[in-house]
Amino acid sequence: MEPMAGVALQNQLLLLAMLPFAAALLVAALPQRMSALVAGLSMALALVLLAALAPAVIDGAVLRVELDWVPSAGLGLPLRLDGFSWLFATLVSGIGLLVVTYARGYMAGKDGLARFFALLLGFTGAMQGILLSGNILMLVVFWELTSLFSFLLIGFWHKGAAARDGARTALLVTATGGLCLLLGMLVIGQIAGSYDLDEVLTSGARITGHPLYSLALTLVLIGAFTKSAQFPFHFWLPGAMSAPTPVSAFLHSATMVKAGVFLLIRFSPALGGTEAWFLAVTGIGMATMLIGGLIAIFRNDLKGLLAYSTISQLGLITALAGIGSPGAILAAIFHIVNHAMFKAALFMTAGTVDHQTGTRDIRRLGGLRRTMPLTATLAIIASAAMAGVPLLNGFLSKEMFLAESAAWHNGTALDAALPYLAVVGSVFSVAYSIRLVMAVFFGAPAGPLLKMPSEPGLAMTLPVALLAAGCLAVGLVPMLIVGTLVNDAALSVVGLGFMPEKIAIWHGFNEALMLSIIAFVVGIALWLSLRAQLPSGPEGPPLLHHLRAQTVFDRGMLKLGWVYPRRMMSWIATERLQPQLRLLVVAAVLAAGAAAWGAFAFAEVRRGNDFSGGFALMWLVGAGCAIGAAAQAKYHRFAALVMLGGAGLVTCLTFAWLSAPDLAVTQLLVEVVTTVLLLLGLRWLPQRREAIKGDNSAQARRRRAQDLVIATVGGAGVATVAYAMMTRPLVRNVGDWFLANAYYEGGGTNVVNVILVDFRAFDTFGEIAVLAVVALTIYALLRRFRPAPESIKQPDQQRQTNGRMLDDYLLVPSVIMIWMFPVLMMIAAYFFFRGHDLPGGGFAAGVTMAIAFLLQYLATNVRWVEARLTVLPIRWIGMGLLIAVGTGMGSWVFGYPFLTAYAQYVTLPLIGDVPAATALVFDLGVFALVMGATVLMLIAIAHQSLRAARLREHDENEESR
Amino acid sequence: MELILSFAIGVLTASGIWLLLRPRSFQVIIGLCLLSYAVNLFIFSMGRLTLGAPAIMPKGGFIDPTRYADPLPQALVLTAIVISFATTALFLVVMIAARGFTGTDHVDGKERELP
Repeated sequence: MEPMAGVALQNQLLLLAMLPFAAALLVAALPQRMSALVAGLSMALALVLLAALAPAVIDGAVLRVELDWVPSAGLGLPLRLDGFSWLFATLVSGIGLLVVTYARGYMAGKDGLARFFALLLGFTGAMQGILLSGNILMLVVFWELTSLFSFLLIGFWHKGAAARDGARTALLVTATGGLCLLLGMLVIGQIAGSYDLDEVLTSGARITGHPLYSLALTLVLIGAFTKSAQFPFHFWLPGAMSAPTPVSAFLHSATMVKAGVFLLIRFSPALGGTEAWFLAVTGIGMATMLIGGLIAIFRNDLKGLLAYSTISQLGLITALAGIGSPGAILAAIFHIVNHAMFKAALFMTAGTVDHQTGTRDIRRLGGLRRTMPLTATLAIIASAAMAGVPLLNGFLSKEMFLAESAAWHNGTALDAALPYLAVVGSVFSVAYSIRLVMAVFFGAPAGPLLKMPSEPGLAMTLPVALLAAGCLAVGLVPMLIVGTLVNDAALSVVGLGFMPEKIAIWHGFNEALMLSIIAFVVGIALWLSLRAQLPSGPEGPPLLHHLRAQTVFDRGMLKLGWVYPRRMMSWIATERLQPQLRLLVVAAVLAAGAAAWGAFAFAEVRRGNDFSGGFALMWLVGAGCAIGAAAQAKYHRFAALVMLGGAGLVTCLTFAWLSAPDLAVTQLLVEVVTTVLLLLGLRWLPQRREAIKGDNSAQARRRRAQDLVIATVGGAGVATVAYAMMTRPLVRNVGDWFLANAYYEGGGTNVVNVILVDFRAFDTFGEIAVLAVVALTIYALLRRFRPAPESIKQPDQQRQTNGRMLDDYLLVPSVIMIWMFPVLMMIAAYFFFRGHDLPGGGFAAGVTMAIAFLLQYLATNVRWVEARLTVLPIRWIGMGLLIAVGTGMGSWVFGYPFLTAYAQYVTLPLIGDVPAATALVFDLGVFALVMGATVLMLIAIAHQSLRAARLREHDENEESR
Repeated sequence: MELILSFAIGVLTASGIWLLLRPRSFQVIIGLCLLSYAVNLFIFSMGRLTLGAPAIMPKGGFIDPTRYADPLPQALVLTAIVISFATTALFLVVMIAARGFTGTDHVDGKERELP
């Protein structure tokens, strides 16, 4: 191959892998009405790319792309495409395109379309990732990603409990399987000496001969069986039927559940060929086929029936993978394709019936062929394919399956029993297929329906029609349509020695045909004998329906997730906060003591500054405030709050005294908002008029004495360490570098600000993100807030005064406060612009601006302010984050790492030289976010009094009625 | 100076710890505020105490780092001040929400059972 052409193909493969994820992001960003279009286009583009890639993977050729990820650690992200993954990827994108078309009709007018299509695309990307991974660990990552996306898709209508439960069960089962798979892959990687898929696939002999083989096999099989809903992990699949039907049609025909059988077939050269493999995989597969098929006959829910039939058909494919002969692999791949086609069609039909009649209950349906003739015809074709009727695709692969089961493989008991089991399984599939068609489309209408049934629109009919036509075409001329593709796929799995096989309708009157005929006759007889009692009976085979795997699972989860942890808690833990905190503090003190033990020493020559009487006096007041706050916080909250403010102000003065003006400014501003915040909170706490019961008991006193000791020891310890540290000589540290380089590198003379917005801007970025998260959390918490009943009443102070007085209350100060608004804005701007060179900066400016808004709320009342001022704090937060991120990413454009700043002074008219570093733009983001977050928190709390007033009015109305 | 400031840190810490171990949520919130002062001062003091040093540097020229206060602890404390405000606010909201839901301001959401 020409190197240039090779590069082009590799780029196409890369594009193919990234396309669904990119489309998902696009869908999430675009308006809802474009969602289906973008999703469909991306699926179609994927098909075009695959068509272009097809020549590169014929005759067992493999196309690889190596992407460096962490080259120093030897980690790469290789992508790999061969005939098998090509066929599978085509199936995924093809069915995906049809599902998107169908969903456009099915989901029309429903909420959250963009979310739906974005998730669907994300899922497609994850599925394709499994297929294209060239590294077995990367494969597991995508594997888990499909579990996560399927969780979100199954629980798409998360308002319904069934959807939530189904999604959770599916996630728990498949993700646990994924973890087992990860472990299994690690073992395989260790044995094979490489995590590269190609290397692993060629070291089959080494793996199967290794002592750890059975461990690896068990783990990988658990992964595959959970994903493919094999017994005993099958129960998540029926639960997943609460998903929107297009999701079911996609997940349970071509993708999610097929990932498991993909894995089995893919790894059969590496892990297969042993008796353990045959017994485990074929055994479980046959068991699943029988159990699933049996239960499917008895299900009354249309989708439930299809779910169990899917389990059964997956069992068939698994059994074939277990047999592992070239013919069996060919049959398995062929059946994967066929099953995807007829099952997608059937799920879509079930969705159509549900959509057009309002029910999926087979017992309430009947005779729909009169009102929905087209849908009925298509459903009959697809069901016949599922049953294995000749001239349809299902017949061909089932025939191959029966032929494989009848052939001799290894002479075990299971091998001998295979033909009988296969026939019984086929009998069941004939019976449930007939029941599905007869009960829904034939007979008399069963009763009044919610809607008058009628044919759906083109978007919902066309995909089903195409799939049914596909079933028919493959069934009639198999070699023409899929013959070479399937053979190529099998070749790339089996490798050298694979002889392409001609897929034909007529092989003569052989064993397989006889088994097929037996299955049909017995299947029809079975249905005839059961048809009368099915609608009234229980939803499961006799005796077995009492034993539900779902119930067992639920009970286990309850024990594991609730009962046992509770019991553990009661043994080793306490729910009370005080003992926990006490333990924490004591542990911290002990740990610090242990660390300092023996190593603690004061410096020989202590450095220090001269004693200052003023400073001492100041801290005498500060310490008094702190102790006073500690003493009064229980019964005199307001006094405690005032004293807390006193301690804060002394702290602020200390910063100013000790050459840290930036800290002093910020501390002062934050002090203001903290105090206001706590004042707002005071209103919602219970009144304390008399002593709390038991407050003077001996026990309480003893506890207080004990805590006093802990506190004193802790305080004394911290003081000693602080003193020892402060009197040590200063060693040269990174701070000197900041001092020396702040101006040359950061373009500012205020080192503290330069550190924050330039040298350590990434830390600041993380910090403002935290601030935003906290503000949003507070907002969310308070939306559900209900005050205690006694706090709803009007405060005493308001009740004792009449309305007129309230209006004039603090009139002069409030007018002044309103006038302060522009002044404070000015101060905020001043702080902001001088930040880089003089004390100030985005933090200080943001808090100042928040205070400006706050004053307006304090001066009048919430309603007055909000009638005149629209603040939109959440937008400010978002803008702030965007500006900060945007500035950071701006440096990428110039080829520098994230958040590299550029400094320059710009002369503005009237203002003069202004430091115009890009750091200033970053600081603007900090400003907007800090302001938005602070205002959001304070307003959210302040609004609670409005809510209380509303509750009060509501109560009064109730009483007067 | 150093002695006074370490004494101050000690008192703030002790008051904070004592309040942290108290049963009423308001006491705990005040305790956390006092503790945050103490911790901020402690971190700040790690850069040693510098009196009367210029806060702002000249534009260019040789810089003698010993003539300035250590900027690094200051930058750390500046962010710490803002973050401690945020956590105080969060705690306050949790406190009043818990008070609304449980009807008590005890930290455990229920009054201690008396013997």
